[in-house]
Amino acid sequence: MISQTFKEAVSAVWSMVVGLKVTGRNFLQPQITVHYPRQVVTNLDTYRGHIELVAKDEDPFKAKCILCGQCENNCPSGCITIESVTRETPAPPAPEPAPGEEAKPAPKPKKVKELTQFMLDYNLCSLCGLCVQHCPVDSLRFSTDVYLAGFSRGEFEFELLEMLQKRGKK
Amino acid sequence: MSHCEANALTGDTYTRRFDTGPAGDTLIVNMGPQHPSTHGVLRVIVELDGEYILRAEPVLGYVHRMHEKMGEVKSFTQYLPNMGRVDYLHALAWNWAYVGAVEKLGGVEVPERAQYLRVISTELNRISSHLVWWGAYLLDLGAFTPIMYAFDDREIILDLLQIITGSRLTYCYFRFGGVVADVTPAFVSGLTEFLARFKSRLPMYTDLVTNNVILRKRCEEIGVIDVDMARRYGATGPVLRGSGVAYDTRRAEPYGIYDRFDYEIPTFPEGDAMARYMVRMREMEESVKIIEQALAQMPEGEYLSAKAPKPAWKPGVGEAYFAVEGARGKIGAYVVSDGAKNPYRVKLRAPSYCNLSLFAELAQGVILADAVSIMGSLDLVIPEIDR
Amino acid sequence: MPDMNTLLAGIPAELTRLVLALIGLMAFIGLNGLALVWVERKVAGHVQRRPGPYEVGPFGLIQPIVDAVKLVGKQLATPAGADKFLFWLAPLLSFLPIFLLFIPIPFSENLVGLNTNLGVLLILAFAGLNVLALCLAGWGQNNKWGLLGAGRAVAQSVAYEIPLLLAVLAVSFQTGSLSLAEITAKQGAWPWQWNIVVQPLAFFLYFICAVAETNRAPFDLPEAESELTAGFHTEYSGMGFGLFFLAEYANMIVVCSVATVLFLGGWQGPVEPGWWWFLIKMYALLVVIIWFRWTYPRVRFDQLLNLNWKWLLPLSMVNLLATAFAVKLFA
Repeated sequence: MISQTFKEAVSAVWSMVVGLKVTGRNFLQPQITVHYPRQVVTNLDTYRGHIELVAKDEDPFKAKCILCGQCENNCPSGCITIESVTRETPAPPAPEPAPGEEAKPAPKPKKVKELTQFMLDYNLCSLCGLCVQHCPVDSLRFSTDVYLAGFSRGEFEFELLEMLQKRGKK
Repeated sequence: MSHCEANALTGDTYTRRFDTGPAGDTLIVNMGPQHPSTHGVLRVIVELDGEYILRAEPVLGYVHRMHEKMGEVKSFTQYLPNMGRVDYLHALAWNWAYVGAVEKLGGVEVPERAQYLRVISTELNRISSHLVWWGAYLLDLGAFTPIMYAFDDREIILDLLQIITGSRLTYCYFRFGGVVADVTPAFVSGLTEFLARFKSRLPMYTDLVTNNVILRKRCEEIGVIDVDMARRYGATGPVLRGSGVAYDTRRAEPYGIYDRFDYEIPTFPEGDAMARYMVRMREMEESVKIIEQALAQMPEGEYLSAKAPKPAWKPGVGEAYFAVEGARGKIGAYVVSDGAKNPYRVKLRAPSYCNLSLFAELAQGVILADAVSIMGSLDLVIPEIDR
Repeated sequence: MPDMNTLLAGIPAELTRLVLALIGLMAFIGLNGLALVWVERKVAGHVQRRPGPYEVGPFGLIQPIVDAVKLVGKQLATPAGADKFLFWLAPLLSFLPIFLLFIPIPFSENLVGLNTNLGVLLILAFAGLNVLALCLAGWGQNNKWGLLGAGRAVAQSVAYEIPLLLAVLAVSFQTGSLSLAEITAKQGAWPWQWNIVVQPLAFFLYFICAVAETNRAPFDLPEAESELTAGFHTEYSGMGFGLFFLAEYANMIVVCSVATVLFLGGWQGPVEPGWWWFLIKMYALLVVIIWFRWTYPRVRFDQLLNLNWKWLLPLSMVNLLATAFAVKLFA
């Protein structure tokens, strides 16, 4: 009985020594933290930050967006607002009717919807990715922009088209 | 001090309604909502006689965000990101519960590969959830270092999950009919590396904490829940398995492809805090086993069904209940649809809610420090309780 | 300009020495307090595989000073309903007696404030004042957590003082003196000539009790932040908290100094005996205490008392009796 108690006491003390050994070993091992800002993490390419527009292959200033409104409608937080104008492109001149044929009716002027503003209120965004997933022309993608900080909510209301054009200039 | 005028407590409704005992010389304190061991925003009104707790009454609702109501005003698809925020530690299990319920309702097929991806990501998430619990529990018990070691491992899991889900905590990865992204070779190689590393780390956890005599004395025979009590309160998960009942939703009501894997349901019959501790430690090992098997069996194929519902999809009239095993217990999602774009009603069963209700009975008559230990061993996530 | 000697002639030399010692000790406690904060945070950092303070100054050396400045600059808020006098008396009462504790400690052969032949007694007597400070702090602040912390502090201190005393007495029996200088002088320069070889159990008991007496983890129950939010110093802000903080570190230095003198040969060392040996041994013990804190969970209150009454006290009694017998038989 008594020897049992003492045995338990010894093993208890030993368990404490083992604990010290573990922390002691860790004390001698190299650090694992990343010392921001001198070092930065390296896995940002998989990070899904706020969304951004994807430019057309032929024109870095124009988004692929076809203004279908899927992203705007599906956003759970309602943080996307799209503005567009409808422009009429001048009709191409009617081709000269070949002799002997009836003159074709002049082609109608084409109506083209053009994206003028793509507002993202990043304050509301929950980064679910539904807009990116449902974009039919892959005009949206995630940025890897993680270093965001600001003093007011207004700084996180992004105009994505403007950002696209800024990127295009670079 | 207020214990002098015992039955005339001032304060909010909960305080005023709190019945003090007949003694009149007791101390009534609010543990929380800013108390360090209530993990955020749980409040427990405690009546103390010296260090002994005469009565404890949890007060909920400090992070109530109307998740269930939000389900009624959003379309089925739009409700997805909410699931990552109910329980921030095991977000993917909640993903699965809701997605599973809607798939059942609308009869959506899930491709084979997506099933495996779901298992791998959910089990990884389970390990990370248990790691946070482990660290936080030890923090409750006054040890500061274990949480840092736990976060060391968890950080790798977060990096891995970031590759496939893009986020680090509030995942929104599952979709009706699959998942949103496929794994990359970097993920697979990182995962195999992590599993090997994690297995070698577990003995260190045992040495540092599990075998430590102070921890054992703080956990053993503390907060004993017998089977009957666990059943009475509807406890699930490690709390129930710590009372010796081998009930695991993955085994009891197999969902997804969990019937294909060989794993154990760890149970410990003691029913004390140590048993719950051991269940979670063993569960991490079992999760590793499941991930290894899933990784080996995973077929090629599509990760999101080609016939996956479009965003404006309506599942038709009906109702469905789908339960999954979360890190804290049985997570249930009950979705009713009246054929409209939005669910008619979404009911979420949060395991922590039932597990917390055990606390009032468990805390009766124990010393204050034990109440902290008991609360930690229940592994409560307060946002999940409040929803 | 009068000569220094004539100025001092009217004052007893002993008093001059005491005043000078107090001034020196003030600097010593302040400096070592700051150094210990740095050591604690560095050790904690490296144990947890992170750097610890590294931004302010080289290796973060300036960090404790910056922290102290921050604490001094903060508002001293007195909570409503608190007993203002007791509330602010407590931190002072916790910090000021520390100077007295250092006076009889021989840092080297001649570097001692007051070489009294009751040095050990002086230290043990004044060390008891700390618990009064904690008690007043808990009582005066009109906070229920503080009250609980104070209650714990009293029970803990009273319990652990007994085996501490008995462990120290064993050494006194063996050397036949209560003077710290004499105890040091009786030990040799080499480790096998130190008292720890003769009295390993007393050292072990003393060290455990010392950790408990200074309220350090795993025995930091009076402040136990996961149970009592911050225990006895819940309501203290700014330098009020700072003084408790400094007193905790100063108390650690005291108990480690006494352990060094009693068990580890004080200022004696294999080569070049002097105060540096004293400091090295003292800091080695301090690092061990810090190491404990970053390894163990906290014990429960009743377990803490059980450990004391059921293990430490009987063991120290047995140790004392055995020492007494041995002294009678062999001396």
